[in-house]
Amino acid sequence: MNFIAKGVFGALMFSAMASTALAETTLTIATVNNGDMIRMQGLTEDFTSKNPDIKLEWVTLEENVLREKVTTDIATKGGQFDVLTIGTYEVPIWGKKGWLVPLTMVDDPADLLPAIAGGLTVDGKLMAAPFYGESSMVMYRTDLVDATGMKMPDAPTWKDIKEIAAKITDRDKEIYGVCLRGKAGWGENMAFLTATSNSFGARWFDENWKPQFDQPEWKDTLNFYLDLMKESGPPGASSNGFNENLALFNSGKCGMWIDATVAASFVTNPKDSQVADKVGFALAPDNGLGKRGNWLWAWSLAIPAGTQKEEAAQKFIGWATSKAYTELVASKEGWANVPPGTRTSLYANPEYQKVPFAKMTLDSINSADPTKPTVKPVPYVGVQFVAIPEFAGIATTTGQIFSAALAGEKTADEALAEAQDVATREMTKAGYIK
Amino acid sequence: MARAVSPRRRMIFTVLAWSIAFVIFFPVLWTVLTSFKTEGEAIHLPPKFIFFDWTLENYAVVQERSNYLKFAMNSVFLALGSTFFALVIAIPAAWAMAFAPGKYTKDILMWMLSTKMMPPVGALIPLYLIFRDLGLLDTRGGIIAVLMLLNLPIIIWMLYTYFKEIPGEILEASRMDGASVGKELLYVLAPMAVPGIASTVLLNIILAWNEAFWTLSLTTKDAAPLTQFIASYSSPEGLFWAKLSAASTMAIAPILVLGWFAQKQLVRGLTFGAVK
Repeated sequence: MNFIAKGVFGALMFSAMASTALAETTLTIATVNNGDMIRMQGLTEDFTSKNPDIKLEWVTLEENVLREKVTTDIATKGGQFDVLTIGTYEVPIWGKKGWLVPLTMVDDPADLLPAIAGGLTVDGKLMAAPFYGESSMVMYRTDLVDATGMKMPDAPTWKDIKEIAAKITDRDKEIYGVCLRGKAGWGENMAFLTATSNSFGARWFDENWKPQFDQPEWKDTLNFYLDLMKESGPPGASSNGFNENLALFNSGKCGMWIDATVAASFVTNPKDSQVADKVGFALAPDNGLGKRGNWLWAWSLAIPAGTQKEEAAQKFIGWATSKAYTELVASKEGWANVPPGTRTSLYANPEYQKVPFAKMTLDSINSADPTKPTVKPVPYVGVQFVAIPEFAGIATTTGQIFSAALAGEKTADEALAEAQDVATREMTKAGYIK
Repeated sequence: MARAVSPRRRMIFTVLAWSIAFVIFFPVLWTVLTSFKTEGEAIHLPPKFIFFDWTLENYAVVQERSNYLKFAMNSVFLALGSTFFALVIAIPAAWAMAFAPGKYTKDILMWMLSTKMMPPVGALIPLYLIFRDLGLLDTRGGIIAVLMLLNLPIIIWMLYTYFKEIPGEILEASRMDGASVGKELLYVLAPMAVPGIASTVLLNIILAWNEAFWTLSLTTKDAAPLTQFIASYSSPEGLFWAKLSAASTMAIAPILVLGWFAQKQLVRGLTFGAVK
């Protein structure tokens, strides 16, 4: 009897230990809705088969909804997520606040593109691993440019863009020389205008955090943008963001479109684009001042401090941002669908070099430096944004002001004066200006 | 005596009414049409109205990617749950205000309505912290409570307006016959106010079904309703218009069907007491 009791006790102990060892960890992953992220969700079996004790649950949201939700959760320590998808704007701010866990299982960190990794590193520690990176570049219609008798340089100046755009524009045929973002928002028109302003030598703040909208460089930037759009832009441009311009370009209405490098795969896909076989690429323009008007962004995976599932989260991020994952995507869906802009090794791969926009994407990313975004010295990090918590609010308001100027509701001078007032007031309130 | 309307005038009004109805309905129609296009055709300029290659591909993608039924069931629970609990509170409250008004009844009604005027984002962080501490984040119970409180002022106002139309003498008569307050509410007032209660219920279900701010902020996966299902197909950078339209069509379909069948009650309830 004693023997039987011992046996039963032993079996119970063994099953308890076994169930502990096989206890399932469920990771809740907050992610943004875009092609690369959705593709990853479809390939997670590769991860779960290697890690049967980890289950993945996805919360996919539109990026602005995601940003609001994730920010609320991390700021209040709500603990709803174990892995977050965040951008290069959030990482330095959240990293400094101690809201993120440094990553320890990233595959070959030295292989990450320095421009991208630099924006995700805080105090020498990688706080988020880039899943895909992007810059901005010129996408243009080769047939329309050829018809003007001009040639698009690989590295055009803003003067080139203005001249070519004016020649392409044929309003009777509803063909517009250039399509640019005009919709208000810190990630919409202000991303484009801030990146453009860098190439004009403008900056958001001087070394003492004094706003610089009252300086001639910003005046040159805004006047150039408004003139260019008035002369060669589509009607109603103040409502146009990425998707609206994509629709215009793919329908053959735009001669040029300066926007995210990720758009290259959309405009060259014959399924979605009527001009897929007539698209060329060039670097974002400059003004000969040593800085180009391109931005730098990476959607990255990070772990919120306080998660109870850090080890599993580290494993997952290690897998999702690894070289092996890149090869997995290439084997299933082709090299053109591999998440771009994160690793040096990807651009050294002869197979990937055959992708038409690969080189231009890499050159664009490499030409952006978040630590030295513009000609003059600045106290902040970020190319098309300023990595301080106040930026989103200030840039949303200034974006509305500049969008109104594009709609013809105010002059460039009025818009700049208003932007200067708003920025000065907010920066004083936040304590940057004493 | 009603004034005679000439056939021409009648035709003009009919055409005008149908035109206005078409304009109002057009966004829904466009969403449904877009859901049957490819992503390329969805962004085609000039837009294609009905002459395009119809496809069910977007519905297939949405079905494959998301658990629609889970989101839809959550929407049903949240809409019905919040309506039920709101009625439990609102019927006695409206009864008291309509049949036993005090000195401050009007002020209380106005105060209740004024809470609807506060921007919800102002209460987000405090409420989020309360939910976190009580373990209510991403729970159906928590979000039902919020939706119930959110719509309570409108429900009380609507019921108050309907109850005011019912002669107090009938209730007095029932009391004379020995009915308790509960019986008076249940057997006398409620049957007489059925059209009003029905339209209030329908309106509250629609409001709860469509509520996006709180459902997106306070739910994640377990209690997430169809608003989150839609948000997962929206993207400022990428080709998702056709899929988003398919998701939106699937999300609005149940409430559209409910609204269609219940429109008679809804209109009757909403215009109750408008003509005296």
